[in-house]
This record gives sequence, C-alpha cells and structure tokens, in this order.
Amino acid sequence: MSDHCGAPGDRGAGGVGVATPRIALAGSPNAGKTSIFNALTGLRAKTGNYPGVTVSRFVGTSRINGRQYVIEDLPGTYSLAPISPDEQVMVDVLDGRLDGETPPDAVLVVVDATTLRRSLRFAAEVIGRGLPTAVVVTFTDELTARQGALDVEAFGQALGVPVVVVIGRGGQGADRLRELVDDWRSWAAPALAPPTDRAELDAWAESVLTFAGYRPPGRHRMTQRVDAVLLHPVAGTIVFLAVMVLFFQVVFRLAAPLQGYVESFFGWLSALVTAHVHNPWLGGLLGDALIGGVGGVVVFVPQIMLLFLLIAVLEGIGYMSRAAFLMDRVMARAGLEGRAFVSLLSSFACAIPGIMATRTLPSARDRLATMMAAPLITCSARLPVYVLLIGLLVDPSARVGPLGLQGLVMFGMYLLGAVSAMLAAWAFKKIGGRKGTAMPFYMEMPPYRIPTLRSVLIAMGESARSFLRKCSTIITVTTVVLWLLLNLPLHSAADLRAHGVDPGDDRAVSAYVTDHSYAAALGRGVAPVFAPLGFDWRINIGVLSAQSARETFVATLGQVAAAEDAEHPAQALRTMTYPDGPDAGQRVFTAPTIAALLVYFAFALQCMATVGILRRETGGWKWPLVAFGYLTTLAWVMAFLAHTVTAALTGGG
Amino acid sequence: MAPAASRLPAQPAGRIAALADFPPGSLVRVTGTAAEAPAPVVRRLEDLGFTAGSQVEVVRRAPLRDPTIYRVRDYDVCLRRAQAAYLLAREFDE
Repeated sequence: MSDHCGAPGDRGAGGVGVATPRIALAGSPNAGKTSIFNALTGLRAKTGNYPGVTVSRFVGTSRINGRQYVIEDLPGTYSLAPISPDEQVMVDVLDGRLDGETPPDAVLVVVDATTLRRSLRFAAEVIGRGLPTAVVVTFTDELTARQGALDVEAFGQALGVPVVVVIGRGGQGADRLRELVDDWRSWAAPALAPPTDRAELDAWAESVLTFAGYRPPGRHRMTQRVDAVLLHPVAGTIVFLAVMVLFFQVVFRLAAPLQGYVESFFGWLSALVTAHVHNPWLGGLLGDALIGGVGGVVVFVPQIMLLFLLIAVLEGIGYMSRAAFLMDRVMARAGLEGRAFVSLLSSFACAIPGIMATRTLPSARDRLATMMAAPLITCSARLPVYVLLIGLLVDPSARVGPLGLQGLVMFGMYLLGAVSAMLAAWAFKKIGGRKGTAMPFYMEMPPYRIPTLRSVLIAMGESARSFLRKCSTIITVTTVVLWLLLNLPLHSAADLRAHGVDPGDDRAVSAYVTDHSYAAALGRGVAPVFAPLGFDWRINIGVLSAQSARETFVATLGQVAAAEDAEHPAQALRTMTYPDGPDAGQRVFTAPTIAALLVYFAFALQCMATVGILRRETGGWKWPLVAFGYLTTLAWVMAFLAHTVTAALTGGG
Repeated sequence: MAPAASRLPAQPAGRIAALADFPPGSLVRVTGTAAEAPAPVVRRLEDLGFTAGSQVEVVRRAPLRDPTIYRVRDYDVCLRRAQAAYLLAREFDE
C-alpha cells in the first residue's frame, strides 16, 4: 500500500478490516439516529475515541448478505458549521480531514419526517458534500398520526438520492434499509445537486417538499396539553419537584426486596466456600475478600439499575428536556447553560459520562467549570455508601408524613451534591473571568413519546454494564489488596499465645490479626488527620481504600466488620466500639461520625477514574490536581462542620 | 428621538422588533438579524430554522421567564432571551 492517504475504503475504522465499506450516520439530535444505528448493528457497538480529539466514537459492524459493513454513528448536530468540538469532529469526519482517517465511503442522513422543513437544510448540506448519500426518513408513523403526509417516492426523486423509511417502533423498514446499505455503490450523486448558496436553500427545500406532496404535521395535541401543565409556572415547578422526590422514593422502596435476593445469593456462595475450601487462607481470600467484597457492591446493582431505568424512561418520554428547560435559568445563575444541566444530570449516574458530555459545551470556560462541578453531583458509586450510612443513621421505619425518613435523607444528600456543584461551577466561572463571545443556547423540545421497551432496556443495560465493569476491575483489585493488608503480617500460634490470644478461638484470632495488621498501622498513621471528624482507624482504612473508587468503602467496612463478627456484619458495624484510646468502649458509628462520613463522601474526589478522565479531557495534570485538591480540602472542612453541628444537636460526640 | 421611542411599544403591531420582545401567543415572521449579532450565532439560528421569512410562534416562557419556547418549522425549540434578541421579526398579519 502506498504512503499516501488511502482512497476511501481501504482503511476501515477500528481495525475492522481492509476494504470494509464504512457508512456514516448523520443527523440532528432526536432524529432517531441511535435506533437506526442499533437496527443496523445489533448491540455490538464499540465505543472509542476519534484520534487526536476526545470526542467519543460509536462504531459497529453490520453483516448484510454475507458482506460486512462498518457503521459509524456521528455526533448529532443541526448544522455543518461547527460551534463545538463534537460538531467539529462530525464535519472533519465527513470531509476526511481527521488525522489518519479517510472520509466514510457513504453517508446515511437520518431525518425526522415531522421536522422535514427544518432537517432538509441539513440533509442538503450533507448531500452537497459529494459523498454517496442516502436518506433515512423516521417517524413517518407520527407524521401520519398528526395528519401530515409525505410521498416518499416523490421525495426521493426530488432529492435525487435513495430514500428509505424506517420506523423505530417495531423496526419496520429495517430490512429495506439493510438492502439499501448493501447497495451503497449504486447510490448515485443527484443529477440536480442542492444549491450551495445558503440563501437559496429555503426555496430549494420548499420545492422538494411541494413535489413530495409534503403536508407538515399538525400540533401534537397531547404534547401541548401536557406541556400546559408540566411547564406551567406553578404546576410545572411542583411536578418537577414531585418527580424528583418520587424518583428517589421509587429507587429506594422497590430496590429493597431485590437487594435481599442478591444478598442471600452471595451469602449462599460464601457459605459454599466455607464448606468446601479448607485452607483458611484461600477460604478467607475467596469468601471474605472476593465474594464478600464484590458481593457487597453487586448488592446495589438492583438499585442502580432502577436509577438508570428511571433516567432512561424520563429521557425517552421527553421529560429530561423539559427539566432542562425549567432549570436553565437556575443554571444561568451559576454562569452555566442548559447543556451543562444535561451534563450534570448524567453525573447522577457517573461523573465520567458527565465530564465527557461537557464536550457539547462550546465555551471552554463553561466546560472547565462544569468539569470541576461534575464530581460533586451524587453519582451511583456514592449510592451504596449512602445506603449503608443512612441505614446506620436512620431507623428504616421512621417517617415524615407519608415519606420514609431514609429516602428523605437520601434526597437531601442528592440536593447537597447538586447545590455544591452549582456553587463550585459559579466559583470556577468567576475565577475564569468574563471574556469571549457567549455561544448560543438552544434546545429542541421533542414531542412526548412513549419510549419503546427495547430502547429503555438498551439504555439501562449500557449504564449498568459500565458500572459493573468498574466493579469487576478496580473494586476486585482493591478488595483483594485490602484483604491482604488486613490479614498480614502472619502470626504464628506461639506469637498469638505470647500476646494472650488463644489460637483455637477464631474470633479472638481474627480480631487480633486485624488489630495488628498493616492496614491497622496505615489507618492509625492517618488518624491525626481524621480524628477531628470522629473517624477511627477502621473508618480510615475504608476512606483510604475508597480513594480509588467510592463503592469500595462498603466492601472494606464489610471486611472489617466480618473480622469482628462474621455472622452479623451489619450488627457488628452498628455496635462497633473503640478498642483503645481515650474513647475506648464507646460506639464508633455515632450520629456525628456518620454525618461527617456522609458529608465527606459528598465532597471528596474519591474516584481515580474521574481523575483519569479529567486529565484526558483537559490535556494535562493541572485541572485534575486542582479538582482533587479543592474537593479533598472541602470534604474535610465540611465533614468537620457536619460532625460539630450534629454533635451539638444530638448532644453526643 | 423621544416621539419615535414612544411610538415603539414592546410589541408593535406590524412593526419590526426583536423576537425576544414578543409575548407568548404572538405569531411573527422573521425579517432578519440584528446588526450586532455574531456571525456563528446567526448561522446556527438559521440552521435551527430561523431564516428570514420563516414563521415563528412564541409558545411559552419558562417559569423563571427565560428561556422561551418558539415553534418554528413544525418543531419546538427554546432560546434564551440573549439569542432571541438577535432575531428581528414582524407581527404576522393574516
């Protein structure tokens, strides 16, 4: 092969293979691009990054009539005049200007039939780029339902490119689409190309639509009626708050029984290990470290799945953009915009997608401020920690009116995260100064739609999978390392006897080993730092181990507690006392200490994955270090405050 | 100067004003963009469908007054006051 830039087609994306035709999907957000992508590729999408830039890339393969195709889902945009890094990538890919990349062999433009009078301008620009192009029309069912009309055949004739209708719901037209893709070599360039003069675009679009007998859809009556309530100044605000409260109540109430099943499953596994593995070391490593540690986190998967499910449903219905609309002015207070709200909202699942979503922010300062704020939003990794701590702090039967107190405290923690994030964004925006042109803010308000079960399940599954992937690597490694730290150095029977411990008494041995482990030394070493917050060395180990990933805290405390009382770890935590020091005999998990822990976890940047993504997105170590420094300091100060205030309120310390 | 200004109420019938100044319920036609509007913003507003001649309905303002939902080219899109101020429009006469 020559050293020159290859001709289109001789370099496939992602190393899928030489000469595999590459088909790009272009279209505006909400046009149904993702469901077209899924219809073509199944669920085998590979995510990666575009070379040299940090915009994520979705690539999948499609096998049609025995031939393989690479399908690339380009970032959704309304225009080929880029104003954000995402849009720049989309244009660079189409023009083959991206380093080391050839342009795609052909382009599929996805247009929503109900917004043709807008999206045709975009389609015209893509067709004008000169690559073989075909148009996929979506939502024709909705067009018909709203008394609109489109003669698809005439539409194709007027455009001069192949046109196919695909209805996401039920997947009608997917087979025709696949046949069309297989036939991409015959996609002729239009005999009469769309005008290149932008002033003529409107007239051209008008003539195409007239020829295609296009009748625009009527207003979506249901959307109008629902919006009249959901966007009403009073009713809309009440509904918004109610949705948020309900959201967390559902996540808590419905998940509890499911968590019970997972818990008993891991209990059964652990018992199996105890029964069949007789080497105490191997048994401990398998049963306590691996099964106990991973199980302690997996137990929260039902809850996190439920959270992702609700987010996917609200997104699919179209409520998320309404929420962003209602919140835009609030975001403006922090100097941010509605798109930042979407990024912060993603951070409720995980700060990493949230930080990656800041790429849609055209202003670099907005982006940085949002990135610094995103780790404060309550991510799903904090959820297990909060569940554990709130469970220790609040009686499950306590109620305020019809609402469970546990759920309310949880809601409060989410609120604390959101408010702190806004304040942080505001502060970083202030520090950044006021210069540069304000980029336009706009957001489409899609009609309310009942999302398909499939699309909701896909969205939920993707999120759950990425959470579990994090569990399986970072958490497994940390729990195993921690178990080793907690169980080393080894003590001989003589050594034990010398310290007055009966080697035959398992509980005494395990308590002694833990108390004299490397982990204990480490935990005691940092004790002066955390003592004002009411943490003892066991909590310190948990906090230190949670530095790589927050959920590890639960596993760590689980291990520590299991060392004290393997039968009833939860009970052991509740009744855990200081073994020595000035507070000997007093309970470790008092209300002020739990409050301090909750607040510490709300602020601290205990997630190495987030630090990593910050480095990648900002292109250096400066901002991740700034984030780490300010969040850790803030966490300590706020936890100290929480400890002091709670101690004053409850009259204990 | 003074009489001319007094003849310019917030939503002049048939008169050209910034899109941001029309109250919800107004039906207007875009006539162009303000001279001070930055070119990339104008381009994006056009790509969103706000080209000269297009018909726009002011649908509703957010509870906190900003942003505002506009209906243009059969879809709803919200703009902040700052951007809607760049668009000039005339009340639709039919």
